[in-house]
Amino acid sequence: MTELAYTEPKPKVIAGAKRDWELVIGMEVHAQIASNSKLFSGASTHFGAEPNSNVSLVDAAMPGMLPVVNEFCVEQAVRTGLGLKAQINLMSRFDRKNYFYPDLPQGYQISQLYHPIVGEGEILVDMEPGIARKVRVERIHIEQDAGKSVHDMDPEMSFVDLNRTGIALMEIVSRPDIRGPEEAAEYVRKLRQILRYLGTCDGNMQEGSLRADVNVSVCEPGAYERFRETGDFSHLGTRCEIKNMNSMRFIQQAIDYEARRQIAIIEDGSTVDQETRLYDPNKGETRSMRSKEEAHDYRYFPCPDLLPLTIEQAWVDEIKAGLPELPDEKKARFVTSYGMTEYDAGVLTAEVASANYFEQVAKGRDGKVAANWVINELFGRLNKEGVSVKDSPISADQLGGIIDLIAKGDISGKIAKDLFEIVWTEGGDPAEIVDARGMKQVTDMGAIEAAVDAVIAANPDKVAAVQEKPSMAGWFVGQVMKETGGKANPKAVNEMIQKKLGIV
Amino acid sequence: MDLSKLTIADARDALRAGDYTATELTQAYVDAVEGSDALNAYSTKTPEKALEMAAAADKRLAAGDAPDMCGIPLGIKDLFCTEGVQTQAASHILDGFKPQYESTVTTNLWNAGAVMLGKLNMDEFAMGSSNETSYYGPAISPWRRGNDDTALTPGGSSGGSAAAVSADLCLAATGTDTGGSIRQPAAFTGIVGVKPTYGRVSRWGIVAFASSLDQAGPMTKTVRDSAIMLKTMCSHDPKDSTSADIPVPDFEAALTGDIRGKKIGIPKEYRMDGMPAEIEALWHEGAEKLKAAGAEIVDISLPHTKYALPAYYVIAPAEASSNLSRYDGVKYGHRAKLKPGEGITEMYERTRAEGFGPEVQRRVMIGAYVLSAGFYDAYYLRAQKVRTLIRQDFEKVFADGIDQILTPATPSAAFGIGEMADADPIKMYLNDVFTVTVNLAGLPGVSVPAGVDHQGLPLGLQLIGQPWGEADMLNTAYALEQASSFTAKPVKWW
Repeated sequence: MTELAYTEPKPKVIAGAKRDWELVIGMEVHAQIASNSKLFSGASTHFGAEPNSNVSLVDAAMPGMLPVVNEFCVEQAVRTGLGLKAQINLMSRFDRKNYFYPDLPQGYQISQLYHPIVGEGEILVDMEPGIARKVRVERIHIEQDAGKSVHDMDPEMSFVDLNRTGIALMEIVSRPDIRGPEEAAEYVRKLRQILRYLGTCDGNMQEGSLRADVNVSVCEPGAYERFRETGDFSHLGTRCEIKNMNSMRFIQQAIDYEARRQIAIIEDGSTVDQETRLYDPNKGETRSMRSKEEAHDYRYFPCPDLLPLTIEQAWVDEIKAGLPELPDEKKARFVTSYGMTEYDAGVLTAEVASANYFEQVAKGRDGKVAANWVINELFGRLNKEGVSVKDSPISADQLGGIIDLIAKGDISGKIAKDLFEIVWTEGGDPAEIVDARGMKQVTDMGAIEAAVDAVIAANPDKVAAVQEKPSMAGWFVGQVMKETGGKANPKAVNEMIQKKLGIV
Repeated sequence: MDLSKLTIADARDALRAGDYTATELTQAYVDAVEGSDALNAYSTKTPEKALEMAAAADKRLAAGDAPDMCGIPLGIKDLFCTEGVQTQAASHILDGFKPQYESTVTTNLWNAGAVMLGKLNMDEFAMGSSNETSYYGPAISPWRRGNDDTALTPGGSSGGSAAAVSADLCLAATGTDTGGSIRQPAAFTGIVGVKPTYGRVSRWGIVAFASSLDQAGPMTKTVRDSAIMLKTMCSHDPKDSTSADIPVPDFEAALTGDIRGKKIGIPKEYRMDGMPAEIEALWHEGAEKLKAAGAEIVDISLPHTKYALPAYYVIAPAEASSNLSRYDGVKYGHRAKLKPGEGITEMYERTRAEGFGPEVQRRVMIGAYVLSAGFYDAYYLRAQKVRTLIRQDFEKVFADGIDQILTPATPSAAFGIGEMADADPIKMYLNDVFTVTVNLAGLPGVSVPAGVDHQGLPLGLQLIGQPWGEADMLNTAYALEQASSFTAKPVKWW
């Protein structure tokens, strides 16, 4: 695989009252595994179902009920690990994390503390063309989601919806390698993109399929480098964890606010308390949820209802062989094989569906032209209309047909845009539309010559002026195009005008 | 029919021969149960259901489609979830809980045509050795010390099961065994109790105490009955990840009584200080009987035995503290009444304070403590290491060719209800000293009645088998049973 060359982005620096500060950020992303049934029960994971309708006896923690691991979910975690070039642990184990909450019917969450299924991996976080940071992933483990407590439906009571209880999550834990709010948002974006490529998580942040806990600390310039050299966390500042973020924008805002809050505390001569905080997007600030002292003692221990999870290397190899081309590879390939810019390649590979659409259009055609049409015309229009590429009214073959007509010289670029509009709204085969509606461009040199002659004859003053200022030739081209209803081949018109006016 | 002499094997044959119907047999037990309130063995009686099931069994018998357990009236420990029938694990916290589902073990029994007489009393959440922790009050043993009418414990936690079987209030009963809860009460009441290899019997639908130790098993009058009933209870269950996918042998067919050439280990570490001479003698005589039957008696060492009880009382409470977290008043069972202004924390605290008895609370607290940050390594992790060493002790002697190990089942005969009330809880825990090693190592064990003490109370011996070696273990137990010819029965006083 080709890798694009890149340099690392500069860490975000915030100027305090007394000195400059740098940010150090680590992320724990909870990604809901795309699976029809839950991690340890057969109940459905369908979003938006009636409250408490997707609940099995196991999910409701009825006495004597036992968890049985959903192998499909394990496969998705392995797939994700492979997608992040991570180590896959053939032996992993489930642990119980004990705490009381009404939406946690068992009184414990089954998770993987001591022996996660996936170890060290990496995510290349692209900031802009040529600038990216390789963020190390510490681990991925599988765990159950909790249910939902509803406190605002009744003045006296709270309600619990267990539909989400027991849904499989992957917790993807990064090293503290992220150095700014924008990088943090880009990290989530890139991770989401990879997960969607792999199909292991739908990445739907509104529905809570992807949520991030963000660990933020600040340090003096140079301290982070000392940490990386030694692995000694004491070089870093005290971190605070901002829980449950489900928007890239809020992640950036929360980190920025939190960093400034910590800087103000330190510059005030005080110390940052290690604690869990929540971001309030309405006020644009983080507030304390619980301090280190109030932190739960989760009394983790191996779940005795489940045997250690052992998987075969051959199975891992099989999953690996079935991995799709991932964003970094695809982007590099687009740059090298189609000769497009990294920026364009980035746009086209943002989603598998758009990359596939592009490749279908580019098949047997000029890659740059195809990229141009897909990005500028098609994506521009899709974005404007809020339509996804999957639901595009113009198919890749139709768009390819339009490009072919330009390449053959049958239509001009301008007519092509009209044709695009017709195909978008009415559908149909572009070549047939061009024939049926007489949109074919005039390449009959006689007709072009007549039109050129007529324009020259009607504008003697301009003819005189163009001798002084050859760039005015464009005006003549425009007039001829107007005369011919835009159907004249502009290249032929241009040549004819230059010849007739004697401009070289 | 004389219920006091009836066995599953007899009843099976008689039912098939048409000597009496399952309905007649069931009615006889329903009547016996009706007059047994003084024993407090049943927490819930289901006579109507029993007669319905018996009628269905009669149809199968008539059709010639009658498995071994068809028409056999059973008592079910209150730890097994039974569909539509009160299941409380003898705890206040599960007040009024009626499961919408049936445990795998009882499903297997009902599918074979067995009949449910009701639910049996037990120690709350199976935590206890005397049935005294039950929210329903203790089950009382039908046995008495000579003419002394002191109420005795049937043992625990499967005390109701033991009392019911020994008092002929059912033909057999289910029990569960986490540290000796089948074998100790079986020994106290002169019956046979089998704790199978961990994974042999599904735990699905059985209220969990300590998941890595819990196994259900039969409590019967004879080894043969245990063999018959165990076969029906066993199955590979995909709903229990720890259930083993291995074939279930015909345990009854293995009962030849021929143990010639078998090597029976006598572990020196089970000879404890202060052990009553009667127990010592019983053990010695048991070994002599097996020797007389052609077995070879071998002195063995299980060096880590003395650490088993402490390790057990770390691991079992640790798992229990987590398993019992689900009893929080939110979903089912008891919920404390709250005062205005009180919230979820008060609801948890009061519900659990009211719902759990003192022994359960003690173990939940011990469990939470040994798992807590800073203590985990010193207690839980160390106990797990001990557990590994204990398992290795057994692996070593089995690798050396030992077929079964013979030990006393309990350090004493049954004691009186309330006699341990003021004692240090540890003293009660000592009841499990000979049995917990088997659970920690995941091995099968069986308690066989082998004699009576000077007061006429039953005493049992324990045989420990190799993993998945129930058939061979039961055959040795059968030989011991034959040689012991234990025939004592409690005199009916209730």
